[in-house]
Parts: sequence; structure tokens; C-alpha cells
Amino acid sequence: MERDLTSRSHHDMGGLEAGHIKPVEHDYELWEKNVDALLVLLTSMSPKLMSVDQLRKGIESLPPDAYEKMSYYERWIFSITQALQYNGVLTTKELSRKLEEVQSRYETEEV
Amino acid sequence: MKTSSTNERDTKNIPPTTYYQFLEISVRELLIEKGVLSDEDIRNAVKEMDSRGPELGAQVVARAWVDPQFKQSLLQDAPSAVKALGLEIGPVQLLVVENTPEVHNLIVCTLCSCYPRSLLGLPPDWYKSREYRSRAVREPRSVLLEFGTDISDEVEVRVHDSTADLRYLVLPQRPEGTGHLTEDELAALVKRDSMIGVTEVCFSAI
Repeated sequence: MERDLTSRSHHDMGGLEAGHIKPVEHDYELWEKNVDALLVLLTSMSPKLMSVDQLRKGIESLPPDAYEKMSYYERWIFSITQALQYNGVLTTKELSRKLEEVQSRYETEEV
Repeated sequence: MKTSSTNERDTKNIPPTTYYQFLEISVRELLIEKGVLSDEDIRNAVKEMDSRGPELGAQVVARAWVDPQFKQSLLQDAPSAVKALGLEIGPVQLLVVENTPEVHNLIVCTLCSCYPRSLLGLPPDWYKSREYRSRAVREPRSVLLEFGTDISDEVEVRVHDSTADLRYLVLPQRPEGTGHLTEDELAALVKRDSMIGVTEVCFSAI
């Protein structure tokens, strides 16, 4: 599908019509805090390995349906991973190897 | 509504199940293996995060209520004023906006989730929701009503749209009848939502 550049992007929602505010909140899970911690560390070390603007750019360029479906920190870890690949900190190859290893680690741990 | 640093998944040690949880583990472990970060760095960053909550903002508000000079410097140069209280807010610019009988302030981040996290901790989910982000700038009075806050038509409502570089904190009005309270007792009255501007600070003498 063509990306429509003549209307505002889907993350730019200020002033649009929307429903009632559900006063929800949850205690952040450890994995969510880890994601947050990763960003804080990567953007504050010297030299920094990614920037906050890169985080936002990655999140904002998610397709609208993915943006809506993913949870807040899911968007963050997606964008952080993408930025680290772009910046040459991680390669897709090592990431796919690691991901496989981690997934099988937890699969075998299940009873 | 509650905030605490532990939760079911952490305390019961529930294993990760989703793709993005696996991705978090993978990225973190790769960065550690590469020597970019250490496990301890991450634990410390999480600990630091857990140490920040609305009680810090409440401390700032209570001081502003009892110390007019502090209040003045807080409104003029919040980062320096807050630093003078011994609180660290990092490199982000912070602007404190004062509620008065004439003006009620509300903060939002329409583009994402920018929030004065150094003084309030991590934002609640509703702050990051489509509904709040969309409507706060369009119909703030009905948004406020949904939080049980009825602002009279004579009072101006100002909405502040935060950015990654500039965060806002609302200085709520000190409630009537609190002249006898100590600074700590005042701070205990100040809840997170009043510093976002969706509620006012309440006090009922027992």
C-alpha cells in the first residue's frame, strides 16, 4: 500500500475524536522495565549507541495496525532492536541465532 | 489504581512467553556478551527507575506551598529549583505550571508519552492511551470531568503538550484549611494525578 504523505501520521493523534478514557494502569513487569533500562543506558552512555530520536522514529514508522496492536514496551524493544541493527551494534545474524537459543531455552525448561 | 515495584510475573518467576519478551532477553544478553553493558548496569537502572515515584513530585509541590521564594524559583527555573532540593532530574528541560483560582493546567503528550518521569516515575497506561492523547487538547473539560474534576467556566483551562525535550509538571492549588499542616503532611495530600492536572488536591479535616 502507498504511504499517504498528505495526511498526518497515525501517531499524531492530538485533537482527533476518540472514546472515553479508560482509567487503566498496571504495575510494569520486569521485562518492560528492562526495556526501559536498555534505552536509558544506550542513550546516556558515551558515545551513545542510539538516540531517543531514533527510538521515536522507529516507533512512529511502524505501520498503523502494528502500532495499535503492540503494547507500549513492545514498540520500544522493536525500535531499540532496529536502531541497534542500523547503527551496527547488532547484526541480524547474531540476533536470529540468539533469539532461537533463548526461545529453545525456555521451551525446554517447561515441564 | 496502584503502583508498586513488584508484580505477579516477577515474584512468581513466570517465564517469558511472547516474541517481544524473547526479543528483550536476546538483545540484553547480546549487549552484555559484547561488553556494551553489564547485568549490573541494567539492574541499577531498574532500581533507579523504581526509586522514582510521585512522592518526589509531591515533595516539590509541598515545598512550593510553604516557601514562596522556592515557588518563585520553581516557576522560573524548575531544573535548578528542584536540584536545590537535592533531586536529580537529568538533562531534560522541565517547566512547572501553576494552578490558580483563574487557571487550571493539564499536561499531555499527544505524540507519544513524554512525562516528568524524574519526579513522577513511569506514566500510567491511560496517559499513553489514544483516548487521552487525542482528546486532552480538544476537549479538556470533558476529559477532566471523566476524572471527576469539574472546572468552572470562569476558570481558564490550559493544556500543555509535552515533547521529548520539554516536560511539564502541574503545581496544584493548596487546598483550603491546610494552614496547620506540616510540609510532610501537605506532601502526603499531593497525588500523582493532581500533578498531571486531571485532579485537584483534596483535603477534608477529620
